[in-house]
Amino acid sequence: MTHNVATPAAAHHHAPPRTFLRKYVFSVDHKVIGKQYLGLALVAVCTGMFLSWLMRLHLASPELPIPGLSKLSPNGAPGGVMTPEYYLSLMTMHGTIMVFFVLTTAPFAGFGNFVLPLQVGAEDMAFPRINMMSFWVTFVAFVVLIAAFFIPDGPPLSGWTAYAPLSAVGKDAGPGQGLGQTLWAVSIALFCIGQLLGALNFITTTLDLRTKGMSLSRLPYATWAWFITSVIGLIAFSVLLPACILLILDRVAGTSFFIPAGLVISDRLQAHSGGSPLLWQHLFWFFGHPEVYIAILPGFGIISQVLPAFARKPLLGPRVFIACLAAIALLSYTVWGHHMFLSGMNPFSATLFSVPTLIITIPATIVTLLWIGTLYGSKLRFTTAALFCLGFASVFVSGGISGFFLAQPSIDVYLHGTYFVVAHFHFVMGVAAMFGIFAGTYYWFPKMFGRMMNETLGKVHFALTFIGVYCIFMPMHYLGLHGDVRRYSAFTDEYMKGDIPLHRFITVAALFTGAVQLIFLVNLIYSRFKGSKATDNPWQSTTLEWATTSPPPFDNFGGHPPVVYRGPNEYGTPSAAGDYTPQTTP
Amino acid sequence: MRSVPVERVSPAPARTGVWVGVLAISMTFAAITSAMVARAGATPDWQPFRLPVILYVNTVLLMLSSGTLESARSRLAQPEPRAIGGTAAQWLLLTLGLGLLFIAGQLLAWRALARQGLFLSTAPSSAFFYLFTALHGLHLLGGVAALAYALRRVRMLGAAAGDTLGAAALYWHFMTCLWVCLLLLLTIRL
Repeated sequence: MTHNVATPAAAHHHAPPRTFLRKYVFSVDHKVIGKQYLGLALVAVCTGMFLSWLMRLHLASPELPIPGLSKLSPNGAPGGVMTPEYYLSLMTMHGTIMVFFVLTTAPFAGFGNFVLPLQVGAEDMAFPRINMMSFWVTFVAFVVLIAAFFIPDGPPLSGWTAYAPLSAVGKDAGPGQGLGQTLWAVSIALFCIGQLLGALNFITTTLDLRTKGMSLSRLPYATWAWFITSVIGLIAFSVLLPACILLILDRVAGTSFFIPAGLVISDRLQAHSGGSPLLWQHLFWFFGHPEVYIAILPGFGIISQVLPAFARKPLLGPRVFIACLAAIALLSYTVWGHHMFLSGMNPFSATLFSVPTLIITIPATIVTLLWIGTLYGSKLRFTTAALFCLGFASVFVSGGISGFFLAQPSIDVYLHGTYFVVAHFHFVMGVAAMFGIFAGTYYWFPKMFGRMMNETLGKVHFALTFIGVYCIFMPMHYLGLHGDVRRYSAFTDEYMKGDIPLHRFITVAALFTGAVQLIFLVNLIYSRFKGSKATDNPWQSTTLEWATTSPPPFDNFGGHPPVVYRGPNEYGTPSAAGDYTPQTTP
Repeated sequence: MRSVPVERVSPAPARTGVWVGVLAISMTFAAITSAMVARAGATPDWQPFRLPVILYVNTVLLMLSSGTLESARSRLAQPEPRAIGGTAAQWLLLTLGLGLLFIAGQLLAWRALARQGLFLSTAPSSAFFYLFTALHGLHLLGGVAALAYALRRVRMLGAAAGDTLGAAALYWHFMTCLWVCLLLLLTIRL
């Protein structure tokens, strides 16, 4: 086997770009690509949140015309009042945009791209051109998905899980199930390719481009999380990609992978034979459950990086933390069946999926306890980033507790189709990951742009968001227990009518929480141009990204790769730098 | 914990990247294999058919190409004259030729199936056959591109292109192994 001495400088074979296109558009610089991913996620999250507003407005008052909606979809919202089918289309697009283009793109691809090479002391990713390709393929995937809004039939209505045969049979299945669903499948297939290329870079860079002295035991925790997430993503997206190819073939080439024989839809016998709808569910959830961890593990890493920096204490049990991440990664591939308890699964099989689902809560709980243990006896600096770390722990625990109930097949059978599940996954996966993104933004913004974000605006943003998300999702547990069915566009059944005032409260809370995000946007834009200048290491952190300028130069360390002498956890140890010791201190 | 840093010795990133790619591609084919096993058992509409004989000829060509690639690598490492002549670049060209012949042979196998009236949508068994061979062919074309790039580097840099050729060779041999496994699977299942 050919060996060479790893040199962190190995990646940048190219000179700094001079043209605008090379510098900001088709850039091979991991920092620019990271910002591009975060920008894409910002556009996506605004779109996804806007869709949730439309859905919540409709749920609060199904007859209410929404101005302008009929222009976007004359068939889906005649007179501005959305049809039940269009409600499902918006739900599908909301879920798809949020899970793929926000919760995967921002914490993993966005922050990972910007920070990982800096934290390992490299000049760039191992394969910069592949890295650029990864972003642009993801961008095209997003454009293809959004294009579904602008075709005559509109977007698909089969949910972000695209269950077959609904997703596989074509336009007979309803509005949006023609070209719209095909665009969905093509978009997700492209997204898989983009993320596989990204994972390839993350893994190789972490293994091969670490600077002198950066042993695995000295790797910062966020990098550990991105590395482990990459491994999960590599396996998960490698399965979703062929699943999407099979779905596309069923739709456009007349194959019968997922469409059963004798299927009659819209009074028409489908010309397919013998496919298995359950096969799609298995393939999808083999990806889908690990996807939850793809969304949340980077958040674990970010919190474990940020919290000690403001607690001025080392992270409790760093090796236990990494072992927990590895355990979660391993177990994440054994639990996919818990999404399918309602599929007519043999009860013994359900138990096989239920037990690891309960076991996976153990490492997740240990990680949370490590954060609490780190905080114990600390003098926490209540910065916005630190507050979002606390918020992350809070919403993650709130959402995680409902997971204990849902992991048990007998309870899940009752709750699976209700708002209880909506509350669970929004807390544990959606809001928690979003809080991780916010913590990362407030923490690394000075490094990205060389300016500080406004802390007062940040704290107001945190407080109102924290209250808002609890007002939205906590009542959904009650609604679910009361039997309110998710995916319904209106609550016309007698037993659910009494819950409509609570739904209206949730709608107000959703509008409020969404509006609060404008504070974040204003802060982002204002601070980018007018924020106070950031020093190289404004938070007095130990890791390598703070050992270079803010923002870093094109080659990250000005041609002088850093040398690492210690781990990333040395807070509370007096040194020349203060109450911490940077990794570069001999 | 403080200690004196040491220089790390690690494999070339290209090689690590190929190993990561091997893992991803293996998962993709494993997923389709499990889909095929599940689909074959789901309903009684599975129609077995005889595989075109040319597939076995193609297999021999691909295995030969792995051999010629190793010849190219050994000549790059030790360029002195051998009993069987030729330079590393010539052996690489031969490898590329065999790879393209394999692709052409696979297309002929498709034509043979089409002559029997077996198309992508005819039966689930034929659908999986076309899917496996098409995806493997596409990945192999990626290998052809990698070998063409390696050939250019070998001509420009000589022995210094060893890392590039090593990474490309790793991928090519994986493609050969993958095809042998697929052929075995298709022989058993179809």
